[in-house]
Amino acid sequence: MQSADTFKLFPDSASTISGYVDVHFMFLCAITAFFSLLVACLVVYFGIKFRAEVHPVAKQIHGSIPLEITWTAIPMAISVLIFAWGAILYMRIYTPPTNAMDIYVVGKQWMWKAEHPGGQREINTLHVPIGRPVRLTLVSQDVMHSFSIPAFRIKREALPGRYTTVWFEATETGMFHLYCSQYCGTNHASMLGRVVTMSPDEYQKWLATDAGDSLAAGGEKLFQSMGCNSCHRGDSGARGPNLAGLYGTMVNFNSGPSVIADDAYLRESILQPNAKIVNGFQPLMPTFQGQLSEENLIQLIEYIKSLKDTAHQTQTIHNQQQFPPVLQGGNSASQLPETKKKP
Amino acid sequence: MSSITQPLPQQEKAFRWKMPEESYLTDGYSLKSWLLTTDHKRIAMLYLISISFAFLIGGIFAMLIRLELLTPAGDLFESDTYNQLFSAHGIIMVFFFLVPSIPATMGNFLVPLMVGARDLAFPKINLLSWYLYVFGFAFMITALVLGGVDTGWTFTVPLSTSYVNTHVILAAMAIFIAGFSSIFTGLNFIVTIHRMRAPGMTWTRLPLFLWSNYATALIMVLGTPVVAITLLLVILERTFHIGVFDPAYGGDPLLFQHMFWFYSHPAVYIMILPGMGVVSEIIPCFSRKRPFGYTMIAYSSLMIAMFSFLVWEHHMFIMGVSTYSALIFSFVSFLVAIPSAIKVWNWTATMYKGSIHWDTPMIYAIGFIGLFTIGGMTGVMLASLGMDISLTETYFIVAHFHYVMVGGMLLAYLGGLHFWWPKMTGRMYPEAPAKLSAILTFVGFNLTFFPQFVLGWLGMPRRYHSYPPEFQVLNVLSTAGASVLAVSFILPAVYLLWSLKYGAIAGPNPWGAAGLEWTVQSPPLTHDFVETPVVTTEAYDYENIPEPAYASR
Amino acid sequence: MPMDSHTMTVDHMQEAGHPALKPYFDDLAQQRDASTFGMWVFLLTEIMFFGGMFCAYLIFRNLYHDAFVAASNTLDVVLGTINTAVLICSSLTMAMAVWSAHMGRRLMIVVFLIATVLLGLVFLSIKGVEYKEKWDSHHVPGLNFSTDAFTHPEKSQGEGELGHPALPSDVAQHTVIYFGLYFCLTGMHALHMIIGIGILCFLIRFAWDGHYTADHYTMIENFGLYWHFVDIIWIFLFPLLYLISRHR
Repeated sequence: MQSADTFKLFPDSASTISGYVDVHFMFLCAITAFFSLLVACLVVYFGIKFRAEVHPVAKQIHGSIPLEITWTAIPMAISVLIFAWGAILYMRIYTPPTNAMDIYVVGKQWMWKAEHPGGQREINTLHVPIGRPVRLTLVSQDVMHSFSIPAFRIKREALPGRYTTVWFEATETGMFHLYCSQYCGTNHASMLGRVVTMSPDEYQKWLATDAGDSLAAGGEKLFQSMGCNSCHRGDSGARGPNLAGLYGTMVNFNSGPSVIADDAYLRESILQPNAKIVNGFQPLMPTFQGQLSEENLIQLIEYIKSLKDTAHQTQTIHNQQQFPPVLQGGNSASQLPETKKKP
Repeated sequence: MSSITQPLPQQEKAFRWKMPEESYLTDGYSLKSWLLTTDHKRIAMLYLISISFAFLIGGIFAMLIRLELLTPAGDLFESDTYNQLFSAHGIIMVFFFLVPSIPATMGNFLVPLMVGARDLAFPKINLLSWYLYVFGFAFMITALVLGGVDTGWTFTVPLSTSYVNTHVILAAMAIFIAGFSSIFTGLNFIVTIHRMRAPGMTWTRLPLFLWSNYATALIMVLGTPVVAITLLLVILERTFHIGVFDPAYGGDPLLFQHMFWFYSHPAVYIMILPGMGVVSEIIPCFSRKRPFGYTMIAYSSLMIAMFSFLVWEHHMFIMGVSTYSALIFSFVSFLVAIPSAIKVWNWTATMYKGSIHWDTPMIYAIGFIGLFTIGGMTGVMLASLGMDISLTETYFIVAHFHYVMVGGMLLAYLGGLHFWWPKMTGRMYPEAPAKLSAILTFVGFNLTFFPQFVLGWLGMPRRYHSYPPEFQVLNVLSTAGASVLAVSFILPAVYLLWSLKYGAIAGPNPWGAAGLEWTVQSPPLTHDFVETPVVTTEAYDYENIPEPAYASR
Repeated sequence: MPMDSHTMTVDHMQEAGHPALKPYFDDLAQQRDASTFGMWVFLLTEIMFFGGMFCAYLIFRNLYHDAFVAASNTLDVVLGTINTAVLICSSLTMAMAVWSAHMGRRLMIVVFLIATVLLGLVFLSIKGVEYKEKWDSHHVPGLNFSTDAFTHPEKSQGEGELGHPALPSDVAQHTVIYFGLYFCLTGMHALHMIIGIGILCFLIRFAWDGHYTADHYTMIENFGLYWHFVDIIWIFLFPLLYLISRHR
């Protein structure tokens, strides 16, 4: 909890991960204190015991191989232990569980903009429910920023032009600091805000107060207004690959290795559509660089994610259009109808 | 004349050394004789003066930063001013103080004396290196006078290339030029140590100071050109938008991080290795004992130099690098701790059954061991991938590298300065104020930087102009410590200058120390040795070196 | 006494008076050895210097292959090949100058050094012509850059000889990185050439004055190392920038 105190020694602990980090930290502190104190005590003890006044003639010792091996091997063993422990923790912090809810965070000089899937937007504030894993997808629209919530023990760089993710599951309700920790220019120190953790019920209420178009719905509007649907129609004669059920599948290209269609791939396909051309399609799609904001991109990606493949999903799809089943999806090859032109 | 012909005062307390009539200091008094000198000792003195000036400026900026952080609100400076202050503090301290500190002053002075040569291999290039340093520093000062630079010393792109309108180009040019000064110093050391050792001075008889400076020189020669080209690309990116680092053109800001840290991590070892060398000289001397595990200390310097090139990505663990590469770089970061640990254990063991003299250099050296151990161990904490996420980019990092850079390098620098001061000037420093300032440094340092570990653990990010109120008490403690630290730096400046005229005359070997540099008069002649010395024993033959009756003790 | 400090009178009577022997070296052999070793260490530094740019080039070529291929195809292979030949010839004349110095032939040193300077100038002139062409086709990042030549190849005059297909604009925009690195790499290389030619002028002057004798020509030898190094950098630049994307 934020408090008016001017002093404290231990940070708030409010996520499922913080306990693990704290144990690791305490262990590391103990190791550090142990060795620092050991060295300090030895040095002071030798310095006093063998001071020149009482020990005028030094005993010349060349060294000792067994000792050297000992104090190489012991730190080595401890290092390997810490390494393994730290590595496990790292993967835990940066590998979101599959059932995590998504929130997008866009950093800009000097604010954090959060976008909830339901369309709720906030600036320098982040409302999240407790007891539910939340996956944050971060991106910056200008310089490098870094998204840090000390109470949750998480931190991730927000990079321009590239998505990064981090996840957490809050355990305590309250308000916690949220900082930009990568120096980002003049008002770096003002790029902070708060995380508000709420019980699931209150969170639902909060969501309801600010309900607008969901991200996917906004994406769908964009998809139509930008003319994407004229090529990515989903029928067999379409100039662009079918996008239904695409997300998370393997995509094959005319050249180069296949990739899994994730956020980064969708982003690249919209901004640099000709970098990778899906098997069986032509490089026809124009770039949308400069025409879409980071928020627009997030909406489009959310929309494409929401398109379910009718062959494998029984539930009705969000979109009115009918999509035939495809084995592999892809992007690319769309052209605004009014600028039809052969290259 | 060489001390070889002088009698050694064994027990006569009344004996007084005389200042030698001829020395490198008396070889011409004109400004020209200094500015056009090719004598490695004079160049070392030129460097000493210039880096002290740089340290003064960097230190003033540090004090201003600490003053601003007394209160949570950003009330003393505008945020832009504050950003310029910490950027200038970082750039000046790293590139114009820490990197040249020990190599360019004590290294320049001692490398030829220690190997038994009459100068470095390329004296003119050595002088050129000082001019490049001054030229680079002039660029930096110009940048500051014209309005400063506010990118931090790390020049993060695309902030530095596209977003700030301060004098990034001037500052980058300053570092580019100073980089060549450091390359030339490294080049000189490598060639001198390889090719100009006196007869009998085999590799295994080299003083440990030379081993560590040799390792440092390797990093300077191999690492510095990379940061030079990186900063050049930043300059070109900023002026011509060549697109290499700018995501707007398809460039990659992480490539900059890779290239920058490829140098700047090894640069950390440029800053600490020479300090380790100094401590490896001081501890045997004031323990009257050969160093424990000479070979291990020597080789661990080379191991550190080697590993230092393989760990740079640990500055980027939270930046979205691949997990596998993070695992590898984390593991190698642990490995680099091993040779450092070996050194610490060997220094400690050297004191065992020694005959310990608590003179000022020894107090600094012991302070070094303690603070470097804390700095190194907190480095191990940061090498742990999971821990790094919480602690990086916070005050924990700031405290960690200040423990290594200030607690380590600066203490070693001051220790070395006191240790070799009699050799450089021919006069002793006054012992009582020196001991006081050594203890003050230790106390002030811990008071300044220990609270910052806690601040970092609490999550206070670096480079914040204002901060939430719960961090205030710790920040006040830190600022209070900084004031003590400032006093402990002003004190040596005063009494060392005082000693130039009033200090007791030292004689060739006031400490009874081993090493060829102590066999010649203090201050040495321009050409160091009258006749080429021949080395017939191992280094640190303290068994056969009588303790001088006369010293400060 | 600290250290066992017997002294030794170094017996180098025949060399003690050699005008080229610096006072801080024991003998000419040590002096030569040290300078040559220093030169090699310096070249190591240079490798790291260029290495950063080569590294960036390789990464971006991998990332933006199509743009790099298209941009690379705008370079003139004929001029590049001529330049490679010129530079190799200059290395030959440089080697001949070192050989002449070794033989103690004063006039021949001067002649070969002048030939090296001339070949170096030819190289720079051809490079200048190539830069001019880049300027005319708006390929200079930051000054007059435009991707038109790639997005609308039919408009550019030199169209046809290789028959490039038009690049989509999102691919074409990455050619700026190619040209940025092209100018960095060749510019740095040219800067090294210019510095080299400057030093050569001094060497010619000294050689003319009879500074270099058969037992003392380290300067020329070390400069030769530098010149060959600059040559080798080009030997890497030429295939990477001009040739690697030629085959279809």
